[in-house]
Amino acid sequence: MADISIREVRKSYGNDEVVHGVNLEIESGEFVVILGPSGCGKSTLLRMIAGLEDISSGEIAIADKVVNALEPRERGCAMVFQNYALYPHMSVADNIGYALKVAGMPKAERAEKVRQVASSVGLEEFLDRRPGALSGGQRQRVAMARAIIREPQVFLFDEPLSNLDAKLRVQMRHEIRRIHNRVRATSVFVTHDQHEGMTLADRMVIMNKGTIDQVGTPEQVYNAPATAYVAGFIGSPAMNFLGGQLSARHGAVMLENGAMLPVDARLAQAMDGQLVQIGVRPEALTLCQPGTGSLTATFEFYEELGSEGLHHLKIEDVPFSVLSETKMRLEEGTEIGVIIPQEALHIFGAETGRRIDTAGTARIGVMA
Amino acid sequence: MIERTPWLNFATHAILFTGLFILVVPIYLVIVAASQTLPDVMAIPAKLLPGDQLVVNIRAAWEEAEFGTKFTNTLILATGVVVGKIAIAALTAFGIVFFNHRLRMPIFWMVFITLMLPLEVRIVPTYAVAANVLSPFQTILDAAGITWLIDALTGIEVALEWNLLNSYTGLIMPLVATATGTFLYRQFFLTIPDELVEAAKMDGAGPLRFLWDILIPLSRTNMAALATIMFVVGWNQYLWPLLIITDPNYGVAAVELSRLVPNMNTTGGDIPNWHWAMAGTLIVMLPPVAVVIFMQRWFVRGLINTDK
Amino acid sequence: MRRAYFKNNWIAALVVAPQLLIIFIFFYWPSSQALYWAFTLEQPWGGGNEWVGLENFIFLLSDDRYWHSVRISVIYALATTALAMGMALILALFADRQLRGYKSFRIGLIWPYAVAAPAIGLAFRFIFNPSAGVASYLNYAFPDLWNPVMNGSHAMTMVIIAGAWKQVSYSFIFFLAGLQAIPRSLTEAAAMDGARPLRRMLDVQLPLLTPTFFFLLVINITDSFTDSFGIVDTMTSGGPARATNLMVYKIYEDGFRGLDYSGAAAQSIILMVLVIALTFIQFRYIERRVHYT
Repeated sequence: MADISIREVRKSYGNDEVVHGVNLEIESGEFVVILGPSGCGKSTLLRMIAGLEDISSGEIAIADKVVNALEPRERGCAMVFQNYALYPHMSVADNIGYALKVAGMPKAERAEKVRQVASSVGLEEFLDRRPGALSGGQRQRVAMARAIIREPQVFLFDEPLSNLDAKLRVQMRHEIRRIHNRVRATSVFVTHDQHEGMTLADRMVIMNKGTIDQVGTPEQVYNAPATAYVAGFIGSPAMNFLGGQLSARHGAVMLENGAMLPVDARLAQAMDGQLVQIGVRPEALTLCQPGTGSLTATFEFYEELGSEGLHHLKIEDVPFSVLSETKMRLEEGTEIGVIIPQEALHIFGAETGRRIDTAGTARIGVMA
Repeated sequence: MIERTPWLNFATHAILFTGLFILVVPIYLVIVAASQTLPDVMAIPAKLLPGDQLVVNIRAAWEEAEFGTKFTNTLILATGVVVGKIAIAALTAFGIVFFNHRLRMPIFWMVFITLMLPLEVRIVPTYAVAANVLSPFQTILDAAGITWLIDALTGIEVALEWNLLNSYTGLIMPLVATATGTFLYRQFFLTIPDELVEAAKMDGAGPLRFLWDILIPLSRTNMAALATIMFVVGWNQYLWPLLIITDPNYGVAAVELSRLVPNMNTTGGDIPNWHWAMAGTLIVMLPPVAVVIFMQRWFVRGLINTDK
Repeated sequence: MRRAYFKNNWIAALVVAPQLLIIFIFFYWPSSQALYWAFTLEQPWGGGNEWVGLENFIFLLSDDRYWHSVRISVIYALATTALAMGMALILALFADRQLRGYKSFRIGLIWPYAVAAPAIGLAFRFIFNPSAGVASYLNYAFPDLWNPVMNGSHAMTMVIIAGAWKQVSYSFIFFLAGLQAIPRSLTEAAAMDGARPLRRMLDVQLPLLTPTFFFLLVINITDSFTDSFGIVDTMTSGGPARATNLMVYKIYEDGFRGLDYSGAAAQSIILMVLVIALTFIQFRYIERRVHYT
């Protein structure tokens, strides 16, 4: 077990900086998910931890030892790749045991360990097969086994589930968490899939354009997104955003269409006149008769989700959605009211995109 | 596709048969001549059915041309070219694909340029090099004044010499000195996903280990393709052995074959032993043809990917 | 673009060293020697050499025999290329229909690639021999109709046929591969549009085969210029009366029979320039070889 400490790490390719001074502390035994869209620098960060990418500046330490100059093999990390990267010409057993072979472990001992690890991930029947003869899920397991067998200090996962179909993905997600609970190795998991992040993570790291927007538990990130970007990225269906201005006189946010949404009076007082973006999650809203709610919208179309219905509305050409168990199939263009509870409001500075909390101060992500 | 085109199908078969006929007939005539007696071969009109002298003629040609030695030599030549090419090509391609150094592209181009000029067009100076492989270095030393310096200091005259005429090394080396295989390997190596390299690094394998454990086993198909082509090329060498081999103990089959029939312009009226010559032609062409037929799949793939 | 590299550059140096050494000794050194000799007048191995500038070239270019050799080399190159590629293209187009017996036809059309040039030369020399075998009957019926031993154009014809025969398989393999690389959906789309097989050949397959065609055109011409030695030497030895004295053969004759190294080197240089020019043209088309998206 080892903790990982990332200090002011930057990565540039020529003049193009893709990771801008990232700081992150990962505790020993923790499962951290780095989440972000493609191109946000999350894989680059992971690969710098692995030693597959040079660190342009800053420091990465594993178990208090700076590893910047160490070869991948000297860092004690194991990695599961997105496309599994299994050696196509080796049997499953040889794939799993290759690292031990390189390390010079005697054959008999190796075979025994391979068998143990393979049975722990349900692969013992497939040991003699080639990767080409396995299904996607089985290949995934081989990739896992190959990492587990080394008993590494750190597990690195580079979008390992993105090549699987939806059902298998959920299943492997649970399996990975189960293995983690058993092995308790420090794990860093990179993905662009928020569900993966939510279900797997002890803590999530949300990255955007080469910087960290927020670090926190899944609940923190969902309930108190640090930036408008995080708010929009986390949660499905996605959060609704409306533009407006804080007004001390009304103790509210005045929306562009004139509607008022009451907010904490101290906040309105402190930041009077500030242009803001307000965000509300579709699941926090209720539909009502036009004119009776917080604001009025026009109905666009309805999407059936089974237990709930997603209602797509428009407020002055801005799309807006409401998720509710009450299902309303209305005609396009019908007017409808929406109730927005005050506690459901997330307020972000219009320019900075940063969260404005009740204390009236803007904060950036919580640094652990 | 479900299309009923009986006439076109008939035409297709007719065209393909004609093509096949054109390609096969010459060899059929060779077989016919190789199985007849000399008077039968010279008969007018020609006898177009095989005779019963095939074994006799082959044996005669075999002894006349000392094909025992020649076939062994040709086999050594072809094997040497195959092994040399594969080894050198794999290593060089490995060096320019999996390492990121400043000389990567210059080396790539230096090797690439050798594709442009076949041995035939630089035959005369290459012969001079084979006569003394060390002559390039001698010339460089001379030009740099080092020979003079050593002579002045120690009284030893530096005269580097290593003659490759009439040797297997001389036969093989210049044929290995082109980029054909290097490009086949390079193209293959470029298809190896980055993740495989990274997985190997994570597993603790260094470059040579990666080459040996991962790349070489993965490139077996490639190797088979390259081996097939190089065997054919090596076996069929003619001009180069004709030049540098004067000692019959090092002679190769293709060159010896041409000696079975006296030169056209200098025939002194003797009727050439066509039946032996054709028997010889038959057995000399057989090994590479057999290799191509049995290794057809690798051969076609290799040919298409080498770009010569 | 690859991103995963190894860092031990001394290993890289070690693994590329053998090839670099070999190509230096057997490629770059001889090629530069040829250049040096072409501009000097030298006694073979040893003896002084004297800088003569372009004299060797001027001498060469004012020599009718050299121009004759160039002329017949061009004729040989164009004729063998046209014959071999024409035949290969037709055969590939029809073989690609993959009717019954396709595999046997394919192998039947591929194997000639493996036959050594001298073996082809000897075989055709026998077949076209005016006094033996098949052709002799022709002469028996119509005296002096066919005599490649005495008649230059007959000899040239014979050499061209042998050369073309040798080249058919190579082009066939590439044409067939080119045809098979054309996505099936394209021909199927054409079929849905109502085009019959022959129409599809003309409208879909042939146009998409253009890159392969240009590639083969250049390769075949280059090969005809450089790779004709084995056939010429075994069939005619450049005769009769220099009628088949192609450029490569003349280099060999002047260099090794006539011991005129400077003359042979100058000829080599001209041939090199020609081959490099052809390769350069090929470069522009090789890039365009596979584009179907």
